[in-house]
Amino acid sequence: MLYFSKLRIFSVIIFTLILSYFSISNFFKIDDNFFSKNIKLGLDLQGGSYLLLEIDNKPVITQKLQNKVMELKNFFKDKNIITRNYAVDDNSIIFDTTPDKSDELNNILDDDESEINPYYQQYKSHEFDFVKNQDSFKLTLSKYGLVLLKNASLDQAIEIVRRRVDEVGTNEPNILKRGNDRILVELPGLDDPGRIKSLLGKTANLTFQFITQNTEESFGTEKLEFEDGSENAIVSKRIILSGDNLVDAKPSMNSQTNETVVSFTLDRVGAKKFGRATSTGVGKRLAIILDGKIISAPSVREPIIGGSGQISGDFTFQSATDLALLLRSGALPAPLNIIEERTVGPDLGQDSIDAGIMSLIIGFILVVLFMIYKYRVFGVIANLALISNLFLLVGVLTIFEATLTLPGIAGIILTVGMAVDANVLIFERIKEEIKSERNPIIAFDSGYTKSRTTILDANITTLIAAVILFFMGSGPIKGFSITLGVGILTTLFSVYFIARLFTAFYVIKNKEKESLI
Amino acid sequence: MREISFNKFYKSFNILSIVLIVTSLILLAFKGLNYGVDFKGGTLIELRTDLNSANIKKIRDSFNQLNLGDVSVKNFGNDTDFIIKFEKQNSNDPKFIDNIKTKLSGSIGTVDFRRVENVGPKVSAELLQSGIIAIALSLAAMLLYIWIRFEWQFSLGAIVALFHDVIITLGVFSLFSLEINLSIVAAVLTIVGYSMNDTVVIFDRVRENLRKFSDIKIFELTNISINQTLSRTIITSATTLLALLSIFIFGGEILKGFSLAMILGVIFGTYSSIYIANPILVVLKVSQRTIVKEDKD
Repeated sequence: MLYFSKLRIFSVIIFTLILSYFSISNFFKIDDNFFSKNIKLGLDLQGGSYLLLEIDNKPVITQKLQNKVMELKNFFKDKNIITRNYAVDDNSIIFDTTPDKSDELNNILDDDESEINPYYQQYKSHEFDFVKNQDSFKLTLSKYGLVLLKNASLDQAIEIVRRRVDEVGTNEPNILKRGNDRILVELPGLDDPGRIKSLLGKTANLTFQFITQNTEESFGTEKLEFEDGSENAIVSKRIILSGDNLVDAKPSMNSQTNETVVSFTLDRVGAKKFGRATSTGVGKRLAIILDGKIISAPSVREPIIGGSGQISGDFTFQSATDLALLLRSGALPAPLNIIEERTVGPDLGQDSIDAGIMSLIIGFILVVLFMIYKYRVFGVIANLALISNLFLLVGVLTIFEATLTLPGIAGIILTVGMAVDANVLIFERIKEEIKSERNPIIAFDSGYTKSRTTILDANITTLIAAVILFFMGSGPIKGFSITLGVGILTTLFSVYFIARLFTAFYVIKNKEKESLI
Repeated sequence: MREISFNKFYKSFNILSIVLIVTSLILLAFKGLNYGVDFKGGTLIELRTDLNSANIKKIRDSFNQLNLGDVSVKNFGNDTDFIIKFEKQNSNDPKFIDNIKTKLSGSIGTVDFRRVENVGPKVSAELLQSGIIAIALSLAAMLLYIWIRFEWQFSLGAIVALFHDVIITLGVFSLFSLEINLSIVAAVLTIVGYSMNDTVVIFDRVRENLRKFSDIKIFELTNISINQTLSRTIITSATTLLALLSIFIFGGEILKGFSLAMILGVIFGTYSSIYIANPILVVLKVSQRTIVKEDKD
């Protein structure tokens, strides 16, 4: 175990130097792309906000079912099959047909090639499962259909979230999918997520609908509240124009009234629709509705045909800017709920870094002194291994651009404490061997050999804990498991290659000396 | 080195351990654990006040006026820092935190919100579940590993020692109402690894000695093995504790609970390797035949 070939010595040195270089490079700015890797600091160290959003897919599912009802009605009408009594609940559609057609209808729904099952050709699975009960049919979104629907709405939502966050212009946001109905938003450096939260909390469904003269709600109208809660209005359900037709929106100043407004530009289709509606509706009040609440309801004085307009409504410059931003980025397919939020201010992050580094230095010094006290020369060797271990650990973390969190720093300190274990096991074993073996080289050799299984056993157990933590843990805890796990690997390397190399040099040089260890 | 007769005290320490475990289990069953917002859901705010005049009572009164339900206020580290926890969480109201901030500045002057954590009930339930799964999984993985590496008598000894450490550590947390959060789960998992590590080192030696000496009874043999590995046990525990103490004292308030759990775990882990794992080998009458049979297979 004490023999090292030249090639091996060379590779150990090169390997250690490369990793040390990467670990030191964290403290300098290097222009070269390949070498300019850095450890990322977690949000708990650099400060920032972590938001976990969950999409509420109910409206998407309802919309999907309603569309399907229309599709079924038209499809069966063409086939001359009478269908009636359509009803939609949370996740299914129920309808009846006449007794003579029920078998035919059953066959059509069951047919993989049927036009009413367009999903089948593409995904080899039905979008809806159906149950036939005499003449009554119940269609339920299949598991696969639901997953596809959720994924589609999540993809769309994540795009909108990204646009909104980008528009606010925070520093390197991180937006990720989590499962099939969650979005993780990490905003480094942001210590007050209030604005982002209010932007993400809005679906931003914009519609223009006429206010009717009726005083009671009736078929085709709905009662909506004004945003300031001051009054209600009965609004026609017919949507003149929606946010989809907007190509641009920005805050501006109305020169006549001197108030802040949001001016918008419509696409060609939108402009046409808007022109037609406003020419027929002169004198009527047009409600501008955002997420089910009326922002304002100006009277139409003249047809608006230029394809642009203004939304007024008691805006401050900030709220006008935000509304314009929301309109530009588009509507979310479904509302998002913030189900977890963690925000760390930058000064707390800096305090944590300082405390972490402080405890690392002190813990390191204590361990180093203790080892020198216990083992003298071999203590120094163990400490050299410990120092290179730190360089290797930080180097590996840098190469993989791992995220360092506060528990991650704790993991590094813990590694410092536990890393000497392997060397201690070896040294203690050598001490025992030397009692019965006169030749120190053989004693050292068998000390290394005999302690090897124990060291592997002992380290694998901790590695198992680290791996499980990595897969089960979230956020900062993952950071801990990474440093702990990588720490074990670099520890083994530093003990078996670096410390052993030094030990070999020392023992071979001093083999005549009494009581080597 | 002089041999210490650890085995003389197997019985008395076993009784002590049983008492500690039973007490811990009673505490866990009746007093329960003090779950933080990670696992209970709710809101945590760490704030720093400008004035030294802001005290716990004043802050508690200001928070109580906000109708947030049960509010707990504690000093955190130094006189100007406080941790406030309450169950209400309303992250869908984007102004929720802002409103609290505004109202507080009115009553206690400028406050700096250093940290805000807001965890919904669904997420906290999931975090708790995955924490429990993680711990159960790591115990199972350890069991599997040691079962492959050793004979079943050894596995049983190691696993009992593991449960011993985890239960007593959680018992201490329950006794002092220390907060259980995500980092405590990490600490418990590391304790599991450390305790196992410590037991394995002694067991490796017991097994080696079993092969060497056929005429020494296991009662004596465990004692010999403990003594042979004793300086390693002490040195490794010492360096690990030095590192952990350094985190506990200098690592800042956030890591206090984590490092405390680890310190307890290392102490109990070291103790249990000697006084739980080994007596079990004695009780199970492990002999040379136990491992010779295995070697032949």
